[in-house]
Amino acid sequence: MIDIFELLKGKPEDQDYMKKGVIVQGITGAYGSIHARHMIRDGTNIVAGVTPGKGGQKFEDKVPIFNTMQEAVDATNAKISIIFVPAKFFLGAAKEALEAGIKLLVAIPEHVPIRDTMLTLELAKQKGAIVIGPNTPGIMIPEVIKIGIMPVTPFKAGKIAVLSKSGTLLYEISDALTTAGFGQSITIGIGGDPVNGTRLIDAFEMIKDIPDLEGLVIVGEIGGDSEEILAQRIIDSGFNKPTVAYIAGRAAPKEKRMGHAGAIIMGTYGSAESKISMFNKANIPVAKRPVEVPVLLAGKMEKSD
Amino acid sequence: MRLLEFQAKELFREYGINLLDSKSSTNIEEGRKHAKELGYPFVIKIQVPVGGRGKAGGIQMCQNDDEFELKYPQVMDLIIKGEKARAILLEKMADIKKELYLSIFLNRSKRCYTIIASSDGGVEIESVKNQIIKEIGLGDVSDKIANEVAKEIGLEGKIADGFVDTLKKLSKLTIEKEAELVEINPLAIMQDGAVIALDGKFVTDDNSNFRHDELQKYQEISEIEKRAEKSGFSLVELDGNIAVIGNGAGLVMSTLDMLSDNGGKPACFLDVGGGATTESVYEALTLISEMSKVKGILVNLYGGIVKTTVVAEAFLQAYENNLIDLPVFSRLKGTESEKAKKMLQGSRTKIYDSVEEAINAAVMGVKN
Repeated sequence: MIDIFELLKGKPEDQDYMKKGVIVQGITGAYGSIHARHMIRDGTNIVAGVTPGKGGQKFEDKVPIFNTMQEAVDATNAKISIIFVPAKFFLGAAKEALEAGIKLLVAIPEHVPIRDTMLTLELAKQKGAIVIGPNTPGIMIPEVIKIGIMPVTPFKAGKIAVLSKSGTLLYEISDALTTAGFGQSITIGIGGDPVNGTRLIDAFEMIKDIPDLEGLVIVGEIGGDSEEILAQRIIDSGFNKPTVAYIAGRAAPKEKRMGHAGAIIMGTYGSAESKISMFNKANIPVAKRPVEVPVLLAGKMEKSD
Repeated sequence: MRLLEFQAKELFREYGINLLDSKSSTNIEEGRKHAKELGYPFVIKIQVPVGGRGKAGGIQMCQNDDEFELKYPQVMDLIIKGEKARAILLEKMADIKKELYLSIFLNRSKRCYTIIASSDGGVEIESVKNQIIKEIGLGDVSDKIANEVAKEIGLEGKIADGFVDTLKKLSKLTIEKEAELVEINPLAIMQDGAVIALDGKFVTDDNSNFRHDELQKYQEISEIEKRAEKSGFSLVELDGNIAVIGNGAGLVMSTLDMLSDNGGKPACFLDVGGGATTESVYEALTLISEMSKVKGILVNLYGGIVKTTVVAEAFLQAYENNLIDLPVFSRLKGTESEKAKKMLQGSRTKIYDSVEEAINAAVMGVKN
């Protein structure tokens, strides 16, 4: 199992401790350039960009651009990349990154075909790499590193882990947590696709042993059964940190895709009721509204004291 | 997208999966012609993109002209789970010995395709007993696996061969068309031992549409949904009277939930995607303005970096251009919200500090 914190922060003896290098694939694109700029502003160490045909140029007069991932990795030794290419080019970009030795791949594009995601994951497994996404806002240790498209204002360093299928709900709920005095140790966007590089259960494995973790917030939505499986894992593992969930889509009709490719109830597979009842079984309260999350979390903390 | 039975069967036929003779029509004149060609007896089957057709009376046996004249319009006029008939399929009667269940579906949590097979088909999957489940990676089914499945559901000889053949063709179809689910329920064993698909369900991965021009003829999309897609929005039409606009699928779903909890009835789910700009919100209002059932608009935007004044500008333009004459209840999280509130003073758009307040106001302000 790869230690996600070591990947994101490094070890104290590393030269680049707390400022690990990140490569941006698609750095000159409309979307990639905006978010590369934001990540730099928010303190992430962007060491290179990749855009085929633009090798040798510089982004914002600072960040070197390469034609290929191999060149970018050779020059920077970075282990982390973030992809901002159109969905139909995602598989090629992801393969290139993994072949070049990237160990943490953050896949931003929405609308990536499931088959392309599955092929990417097969390669990632062979290479021992983690994929976050596709269709994710990214991953972040507040005030340390942000690899994604999230605004930083809702977040604050702290001791609560937040795992979310949705982007804006991640911001909304982290904002409510921050306002209530609960900072975040890490936030992981799972993504809204049917197949996720890092599933809720994988993200849980990454964070469950954080030594000073004080709580866990799970932001799920209709579709699939990853919330149910996570709830079962929490029961089985005896994880006893205060945990609260939120599930979006209680009022959604069946058999309709609600914005996210993965947000669809098929028969009873993926219904909010099924997820809520599993969380209840795991003794995890489920908030009815985003603003209730910190209230329920505080309640859980009181009980566990 | 989810294909109708007759569309799924067109693909089955293309891949050589055994079927009974059938013909689809959209009016009774066409149906009469098909009835003559097929000959009695046959089954009249409503074509709707939902399950439970049989229970709702959407599948009727038909023995002669009199029955046909009576039943065809009856079936055509049914509404099943809110869905009107898209077409009517006439299909020859079958002399069935046994009904099996067979599907290949994408197991999202295991991140692989899975075969589900059972010797007890013909009921909804939740009630199918003795399910055999096999994981098959990216969907490829070898002879060995197909034979194992056939054996495990108790098939032998010619019937097992027919089943293996069907399963392998189904696998090819799943891979080549990038399906999330292909289901044959029931897969019938006939008196003569032939294995035949009596029904077909087929759900494709919409994200792979760009590789499948050949499937686009099956896309059922309203004019308004088409325009939403063009603007990069997600739109789902619903039955109520309060349009819900927001950014991010999760946030819009969450807003629908809260609105419903408070007794409001959402008219649509509209996710304008990532950021919100004057143009995108104006375009969203344009779409909404064409839905006559809408009596009010609830807006919930979470913009970490969005200026609410930019969004307010869209509302002002919409009123000025007489695009909308509806009350708008909005919660805009972002910068410059005081300024935005001032801009909208005296207009029919109200800005609230919390989504709860906006929802309460919308429910109060839009009486059914």
